[in-house]
Amino acid sequence: MQLHTLTLREASEMLATKQISSVELTQATLQRAHEIDPKIQSYVTLADDVALEQAKQADERIAKGKDLTPLTGIPFAMKDAISTRGVRTTCSSKILENYVPQYNATVTQKLADAGAVLIGKTNMDEFGMGSSCENSALFKTRNPWNLERVPGGSSGGAAASMAAGLCNFSIGEDTGGSVRMPAGFCNVTGIKPTYGRVSRYGLISLVSSFDCIGPMTRDVYDCATVLETIAGHDPQDSTTFNSPVPQYNQNLNKTVKGMTIGIPKEYFVSGMDAGVENAIQQAIRTYEKLGMKIQEVSLPHTQYALPVYYLLLFAEASSNLARFDGTRFGLSASENAKDVIDIYLQTRHEGFGDEVKRRIMLGAYALSAGYYDAYYLKAQKVRTLLRRDFELALSSVDILLAPTSPTTAFKLGEKTNNPLEMYLSDIYVVATNPAGVPALALPAGFSNNMPVGMQLIGKHLDEQTLFQVGHAYQQVTDWHKQNPVIGD
Amino acid sequence: MTQYEPVIGLEIHAELQTRSKMFCSCSADYSNAPEPNTFICPVCTGLPGAMPVLNKKAIEQATLVGLSLNCSINEFNTFARKNYFYPDLPKGYQISQYDLPIASKGWLDILDDTDSPMRVVVRRVHLEEDTAKLAHEKNYALVDFNRAGVPLLEIVSEPDMRTVEAALSYATKIRAILRYLGVNSGDMEKGILRFEANVSVRPRGSSELRTRTEIKNLNSFRALTRASAYEIERQIKVYENGGEVVQETLGWDEAHGVTISQRGKEDAHDYRYFPEPDLPPLQLDRNWINSIKNQLPELPDAKNRRFMEQYELKRREASLLTAEKSLADYFEEVVSKSKSSAKTVHSWLTGEFMRYMNDSGQTLEDITLSAAQFAQLIDMVTDKSISGNSGKVVLNEMLNAKRNCDPSQIVKEKNLAQVSDTGFIQEAIEKILSDNPREVEQFLAGKETIVQWLMGQVARATKGKADPNIAKDLLVKTLEARRK
Repeated sequence: MQLHTLTLREASEMLATKQISSVELTQATLQRAHEIDPKIQSYVTLADDVALEQAKQADERIAKGKDLTPLTGIPFAMKDAISTRGVRTTCSSKILENYVPQYNATVTQKLADAGAVLIGKTNMDEFGMGSSCENSALFKTRNPWNLERVPGGSSGGAAASMAAGLCNFSIGEDTGGSVRMPAGFCNVTGIKPTYGRVSRYGLISLVSSFDCIGPMTRDVYDCATVLETIAGHDPQDSTTFNSPVPQYNQNLNKTVKGMTIGIPKEYFVSGMDAGVENAIQQAIRTYEKLGMKIQEVSLPHTQYALPVYYLLLFAEASSNLARFDGTRFGLSASENAKDVIDIYLQTRHEGFGDEVKRRIMLGAYALSAGYYDAYYLKAQKVRTLLRRDFELALSSVDILLAPTSPTTAFKLGEKTNNPLEMYLSDIYVVATNPAGVPALALPAGFSNNMPVGMQLIGKHLDEQTLFQVGHAYQQVTDWHKQNPVIGD
Repeated sequence: MTQYEPVIGLEIHAELQTRSKMFCSCSADYSNAPEPNTFICPVCTGLPGAMPVLNKKAIEQATLVGLSLNCSINEFNTFARKNYFYPDLPKGYQISQYDLPIASKGWLDILDDTDSPMRVVVRRVHLEEDTAKLAHEKNYALVDFNRAGVPLLEIVSEPDMRTVEAALSYATKIRAILRYLGVNSGDMEKGILRFEANVSVRPRGSSELRTRTEIKNLNSFRALTRASAYEIERQIKVYENGGEVVQETLGWDEAHGVTISQRGKEDAHDYRYFPEPDLPPLQLDRNWINSIKNQLPELPDAKNRRFMEQYELKRREASLLTAEKSLADYFEEVVSKSKSSAKTVHSWLTGEFMRYMNDSGQTLEDITLSAAQFAQLIDMVTDKSISGNSGKVVLNEMLNAKRNCDPSQIVKEKNLAQVSDTGFIQEAIEKILSDNPREVEQFLAGKETIVQWLMGQVARATKGKADPNIAKDLLVKTLEARRK
């Protein structure tokens, strides 16, 4: 029995039927992580003590047979942008390298309450700024499918830990594709829920109006299970929806026959790798075989998605990152400081990486007097157009289908000297975040032995349809069941 | 020589006295915190990942203030981030309101320096969060976050005031209204209420708006008037010497009585305002606004009009009482329990009673004397059971006693009951006249004013108990009798 390839559902059944204890499962997971992860470097922190304590408590719950949830006793990994009380939370930045939160994010608390076992915190691009995990200020994470290649970003560690079998599920965060793009690179299932579906309280903000926490799993069934646990209204996050959370797993097996998939024509233009396009076309044919109708749709403002996304990101991030000033937590560089301004300058100079500094400067510029209207305000207006694009397209079809990335995972170092080219790798995933719509990433095949990802994009709060359509695909394909052989 | 006219606008910062802070559930009562940094949480200390949640009570109180300043309440509200770095600002931005404040375009009628009514336009009222407090030490500074996140209201006037007196009158009235609404204690020493004055001067008769300066952190009415007056004089001198006033932010040095430049225009912050993405826009319901309107209490102006009419007081007399709601309420309670006229109650309250408060530095909240017993005392004077002077003695006794006490008991204890027994008074008069033959001679020689002095001797001899009318009659009669 290979524990590291178990789905959440399988592991949960084994725990419930006492074929294995949570402590045993957790120990095996930790042991594998200590063995394998030095090659992958997906974890920033392995929380052995916390994990074993939580596993023990989970076993007590299981023994009593009380308050059991599908996540009780299941080891998981958490992106290092989400606050975990007592376990350091770095955002893969020097400025937070030794920061230990005093409180739990709502998502952390919900998972703890459900009895899930926190294995560790996963690497990411610093503050979520990047598409390859190479912008981590701590170390670079490698793609388990090919150690020369990047896992994608910014939730690269989350995707890699999942693909390498170093956790049973993983919590990522998607600001502009940060769950879906690495999921695609690493052959993992992952969802960016509707904006406001999952509480952001305790998530260290990159872009407050884009950020969405979402699970990364082995299949759609697990993804639905985890989302159901972490979703819902939070009195501490005023941007969460007050509507009830559906039982996402309930309609998974409902037929997709007769439903319509929209193919955004703007996404199928030059720039896409032939191997990626081929895999996506095959997926479309698979759906046709399942009785779905295929219809071309238009998202006419797609060409503006990237500039709008980045402009708003720069602006909000420049403000969100202001609190890292060296006075209360994290790095404080005050050697030879003459005054508090010196402390700010030194701390932020030493604490932030180049990409973070670049984005803060661009954001402060876009918000300054005299430029606000031309940049920030204009971008917000176009954002409304992007949102309408999706609403209009989705009014005639049930879901949209698109790749998660124009290429498969690229090589480490390939794009680090060209920020603009790096930005372009997010071309298919960024528009959903300004629009707020949910999108599910699924493994869709391989090109040159590297995974290809596709995404299904749905209507606001209609995650259920995404899961239904995604599940139907995974019932007739086994891409998601492929596991990498970790090389040396 | 050019005559100059000042142009003054005020920004008033008033902390709201809600139980919890603006965006978290920490207590807002920071002045009663046991120690620094005890009323804090991840939200008000700006820890990574913490998010704000609006305080409904703060919205309610801000709406009340807006309505009482005749503002229109904006149904669609947004919050904005005001970005700047300072150690008292944990997030690196202050959550405030920018283009869509909760209330705007109101007005307040005040009396100017010549006691004539004038209208000050209130440009806007907006909500924001207060900052932490810094304690500067020699080589470092300490930060206390207990105050961070306390709801703060900013009330901005148009530059409508033309004298320092008008500015003071406006500020005083705003303070009274805030206290009437129970949203702010008006305590300026603690910084719960503070002012900023925008000042410029121009040739009298001109309608131009010249370069203004902004004087920050004025923590008393005295500071407000002194700083504004100083700044007006300073600017006039600059123009008289052929100079130009520079737009800048000033501080007020209370000890030296001068304004000090803190920041020039070129150093002015670019606050990079943008909508706060962590708080969705706040849509206020028309019906809800109306229900707040129904909670509005009688405000100082309305009360003043009613007092003038109902109690037949002059405007100045009424406003002495209505400046403070608690005093006005106390007055009405005493009147309702007393058989004496409202005028009489008014003169006791604004006379001896207020003198006692001023001398002892107490406020009405410190006074334990019940309205009923105060009324009883006033009535004892009115019906001549005791003299007015004795009444004052008894009142001071009662106020000092710090407990409820029966005035008639004090009268008995101190033997102050007014005596109209002519025999007793006559006896005293005879003794005084025989002890003071020289004064009697003076009277007989035609110096009638000496009667007043002799009356004083009678009062002293009878310990103030002699009914003054009877005593005077008897004294004059006795003196006249000696003429023969």
